[in-house]
Amino acid sequence: MRAMPHGPTRRALLGGAAAATLACPALGGTRPRVVVVGAGFGGATAARWLAAGGVDTTLVEASPNYVACPRSNEVVAGLRGIEAQTLGYDALGRAGLTFVHGTARAVDAGARRVSLGDGTALPYDRLILSPGIDLRFDAVPGYDAAAAEAMPHAWKAGAQTVLLARQLAAMPEGGTVVLSAPANPYRCPPGPYERASLIAHFLKARKPRAKLILLDAKDTFSKQKLFEAAWARLYRDVLEVVPLAGGGQVSEVDPAAMVVRTDFAEIKADVACIIPPQRAGRIAAQAGCADRSGWCPIDPVSFESRLVPGIHVIGDAAIAGAMPKSAFSANAQGKVCAQAVIDLLAGREPETPRLINTCYSLVAPDDGISIAGVFRPTDGQLADVPGAGGISPLDAPDAVRRQEAAYGESWYRTITREVFG
Amino acid sequence: MSRRYSPFLLALALACGTAARAAELRPPPGASSCTGCHAQGAAMGALEGRSEAEIVAALAAFRSGERPATIMNRIARGFDADESRAIAAWFAARGSH
Repeated sequence: MRAMPHGPTRRALLGGAAAATLACPALGGTRPRVVVVGAGFGGATAARWLAAGGVDTTLVEASPNYVACPRSNEVVAGLRGIEAQTLGYDALGRAGLTFVHGTARAVDAGARRVSLGDGTALPYDRLILSPGIDLRFDAVPGYDAAAAEAMPHAWKAGAQTVLLARQLAAMPEGGTVVLSAPANPYRCPPGPYERASLIAHFLKARKPRAKLILLDAKDTFSKQKLFEAAWARLYRDVLEVVPLAGGGQVSEVDPAAMVVRTDFAEIKADVACIIPPQRAGRIAAQAGCADRSGWCPIDPVSFESRLVPGIHVIGDAAIAGAMPKSAFSANAQGKVCAQAVIDLLAGREPETPRLINTCYSLVAPDDGISIAGVFRPTDGQLADVPGAGGISPLDAPDAVRRQEAAYGESWYRTITREVFG
Repeated sequence: MSRRYSPFLLALALACGTAARAAELRPPPGASSCTGCHAQGAAMGALEGRSEAEIVAALAAFRSGERPATIMNRIARGFDADESRAIAAWFAARGSH
């Protein structure tokens, strides 16, 4: 067996005991079955933890491979190839779980069954949904799935990321790039601002007469002071930021004319990246786990849905209080949720968890910033542990910024190996 | 830390024998998040196999600001001395792989 960051060691410690517990005759003598839908940072993590804990685990994923969002802004800016973001599922198939390539079409929560596109039905004792996001193609007038081919969102890494990178590379000298950021909540809160930074870096280096206009549907955002300081230092002549209060909300797009409109302006773009509002992935709503916001309320101890018993929701789809929708959060939630599921199946009360999030962003190559948080259930929500977390110091010396950039790279290698390796 | 068990669950745990032990082997609050960054070969280094004392001391020094840090100062402040000790003991017990 290949040495995994948490494989054999945990199997020896936790797996043996938990497996014996789960096969306890008092519980009926059969191994409980858990189905996990979605093999991203949340679902794949949860499935691995369950399998290591002796649970009969089936992981359902529609895509042939995973294209990771963290670091994909570097692909947009021509600093990195998409292949470096593309991860196979082969290792998950060897992780002691059943990996099913298929689309989860519907959940029958009453019968505790997931049906797949090919008609297969997967029964479960508990279900974990980690479906990520769906882009809302009904939220910005003119911006539908077809419009995204002209004005990429690139908010699900893959073909869209490559499309945006190609458009930027092919853009005429002196062109205009429009980038729009949605209102909260959405996947990767600092992501639009890292993207603005790296596109500005690209323009400065390769298209020095070009401009980037960032249209924002809000006035405050993650790591704001750090981004704004970097923009003032590095991109003063390239980047124009229009916050909500300045009319930054996109009111309409016309992809045929490459026009982006706000209440106050009409901008002709050479490249337009429109990041629309989002909701939990389709299966979450189909299963009844999404509320009117489009996201999924959960119990902060077990991540069990507040709306449908027996179904847990993790990752971007969940309403996780103060925890941001990030790969790090999804990974941390995957482990906590899987352990809670093991405990519930064994008749134990899940322990009150504590979770960590860390997100690195680049403001330029080799120039990194971070935000961290520690979270615990408080009044039914995941809340910040007071006094912990926060952003990098504003006055960090260059050496620290380089170190944070390197730590961001290291984090990506570590987490992708832990989840997909 | 919640360790309340109903009489039914306690009886079940005793009947099953290993349930109580399995419960004790659960990661303490916060511990399972650490391996998102910390692993063998990573810039942040693996935690498994380090001694309990070493991890406790590192967390205390990060918390107080005595040890220079980029991010661990912000994270360590989310855990008190007892919570840090539980995390340290868990990683120390997992040994190196």
